Amino acid sequence: MGGLIRVLGGRAVQAVLVALLVGTACFLMVRLLPGDMAYRIAASRYGYDLVDGAAAEAVRQELGLDRPWPVQLGAWFGGLLRLDLGVSLASGEEVAEALGIQLGHTLLLSVTALLFSLLIGPPLGALAGLRSGGWWDGALLVLSAALRALPAFVVGIGLMLWLAVEWEWLPVAGVGGWREVILPALTLALGLAAASSRVARDAVAGVVASPFFGFARMKGLDDATAFRRHGVRNAAIPVVAYLGLQLVILIEGVVVVESLFAWPGIGHALVHAVLGRDIPMVQGTALVMGLLFVALNALTDLACWLLDPRRRAA
Amino acid sequence: MPSAPLSRRPLLLAAAGLPVLPRPAAAQPAADLFRVVTSQEINGLDPARSGYVFTRMQVLETLVGADDGGLAVPQLARAWTLSEDRLTWRFALREGARFHDGTPVTAVAVAAALERARGQSGLLGTLPAERIAADDGAVLVRTSRPFAPLLAFLAHYSAGILAPAAFEGQAVREMIGSGPYKVSRLLPPQRLEAARWERWDGPAPAIGRVSYLAAGRGETRAAMAEGGQAELVAQLAPETVERLRRNPRVAVDVRAIPRTRLIKLNCASPLFRDVRARHALSLALDRQGMAAALLRSPASTATQLFPPAMAEWHVPALPPLRRDLPEARRLLAELGWQPGPEGILHREGRPFAFTLRTFSDRPELPGLATAMQAQLREAGIDMAVAVVNSGEIPAGHRDGTLEAALMARNFSLVPDPLGTMLQDYGPEGGDWGAMGWSSPALNGVLERLGAVADPAERAALRGRASAILHEELPVIPVSWFDLATAVSRRVAGLAVDPLELSFRIAGARWAG
Repeated sequence: MGGLIRVLGGRAVQAVLVALLVGTACFLMVRLLPGDMAYRIAASRYGYDLVDGAAAEAVRQELGLDRPWPVQLGAWFGGLLRLDLGVSLASGEEVAEALGIQLGHTLLLSVTALLFSLLIGPPLGALAGLRSGGWWDGALLVLSAALRALPAFVVGIGLMLWLAVEWEWLPVAGVGGWREVILPALTLALGLAAASSRVARDAVAGVVASPFFGFARMKGLDDATAFRRHGVRNAAIPVVAYLGLQLVILIEGVVVVESLFAWPGIGHALVHAVLGRDIPMVQGTALVMGLLFVALNALTDLACWLLDPRRRAA
Repeated sequence: MPSAPLSRRPLLLAAAGLPVLPRPAAAQPAADLFRVVTSQEINGLDPARSGYVFTRMQVLETLVGADDGGLAVPQLARAWTLSEDRLTWRFALREGARFHDGTPVTAVAVAAALERARGQSGLLGTLPAERIAADDGAVLVRTSRPFAPLLAFLAHYSAGILAPAAFEGQAVREMIGSGPYKVSRLLPPQRLEAARWERWDGPAPAIGRVSYLAAGRGETRAAMAEGGQAELVAQLAPETVERLRRNPRVAVDVRAIPRTRLIKLNCASPLFRDVRARHALSLALDRQGMAAALLRSPASTATQLFPPAMAEWHVPALPPLRRDLPEARRLLAELGWQPGPEGILHREGRPFAFTLRTFSDRPELPGLATAMQAQLREAGIDMAVAVVNSGEIPAGHRDGTLEAALMARNFSLVPDPLGTMLQDYGPEGGDWGAMGWSSPALNGVLERLGAVADPAERAALRGRASAILHEELPVIPVSWFDLATAVSRRVAGLAVDPLELSFRIAGARWAG
């Protein structure tokens, strides 16, 4: 149990560091972007060709953009302590309120994508691992390399044209019903599955070649029983541990896929906030993504801890 | 060898068999739902910010609207009069009009909404209005000077009329308009759903439900039109138009709109102070090539500032802008520019070099800028391209650091282009117009246009203004705009609004 507390405690410290770093880095990076912030914010409020010097000046006054930057950053951290993320410079909405809605969409998309990828990747990888060197092993290698090499944008357009335009099974894009989530989730899932199938394949091939699996077969268990009793759990540990790493791919993919499929999630909001120099929104979205990352890693730790008795003993 | 615990055959068969399954009705449109897809997101409820979504979806109404030619037509106001001194406007409201919360649309509510809109930055802030008030059931607007474009300003989306209950202090908390459609579900920034407003006082719309989706990627919008998943797709990207034209499900409507891509020049700089230098620059541009290859619309080649769609300002008799490199070189030589190293022109030891700022909010602009860079290079002009954010153009105009900018200007921000002209080409120039250039003759013409009412005199004045801009070239027109819209053939009776004020769904019906 002490091991578990150590692991989770470490993640908690990490979460605080992430908040500090992400908040400061986002603030500084947006400030360092070329161009006058007041103009950019006014453009995202009123449309670029309605913005003139007077409108920009009004925005500058309203938001206090000419205050020294340490004061502005300090104000944000002060708000964060009170769990107040501030107000979007572009839309005037509460950042926390907007994030709550966007986070829901992004989580729905990510969890669905992860589920799809687990249904596609590890089973196909396990099939290849059970007969390493077979034709399916080779085919899967080529397929997963190709899928991983294709940007999510291209995979997404391909799926859109095939499943939505050509076959009309699914909506092309949008939000509002359950069918809208399938295509973007599938786009993300294919990229994830491409990687997790390789990990599963190697893990299963390792297990199948191991002395304990040979022993299980020798004592008379048939293939399926031997694999169920002695293979699945052993092969699962690297696959689950790798899920943590995959979240990087997921979060990177979410930014592109959400824009492509008009999905109002956090990645989409981040892109818009950066373009609009909406600092509180950039800080808020990046913070949530960072904390999400820490939380999911903590979950991965927990899953590995539950799967692997050696860790619990330690 | 151990055998696989799972059999892969059924799996592979299933995958191969997918496209053989019948097409389910899942992607088919729900009955009586008109789906609009555009690129513009819903950034909040304030009409100044996202009013265009709500006015186009006919949720929010303005006092007056505009027809295709930009002339004012009744909307919330059923009629209006102007006093003898041309200062006081009196708007009579539609008696039966009701806001979506059931309260009647009163003159007090309208005046309050307009008064609040005027306090916001943006277009209405520039209105020379002294007083907006309710008077005996009508709305009075008194201006400080005769101001003919007032009606056009009031047709702008930022002047949308919200119910008193929509506000909390100065902030808009709820979208309570008075149009034929009432918001039923709002998922900003992406989606809006609305349904027929049962207490609408006009003819009941034939189409019962409408939805709005903002899809930022042109590929996504084109796919939605192609797959029959939207009844109206606005702002089609040029490269997708050809493909959609071949699709039997949709009619592609391409029409010129009152907007021009142009180069803004700092006419105070030694490079462009002489009108001959500006003409030389203009003569070096291959507008036809750019329109055909980059914009895929040869008809958008600009031959003067105002497109033919702006019939009142477009003057067919003006000699068209064209490419003539020898003439450009001759004009530049006249100004003392001589070819130097690597073919770049020099004068008094200095090269003809400058930086053109442009931005990517309009995705075609950086590509056009690079093409022009190569074209000007042929005339010995060394132009650098800086892709910046759009605010750098007005900011550079203010601090004088701007040398040149490629931008798109909308002349129907208010349906009457005079409003934009006054902003852009007045005595001081304008953030999105002339810089370091002023013409007393043009100022006189514009001032007179704001004051006279006689149609014949106004037409002559407009022609004169266009001719001055054509001769002086304070800005160099590059191309006009096409608005490409895909409309499903399931829909009948829908005429695309060239001024983009409304999607006009309330007047449309289902075909067949």
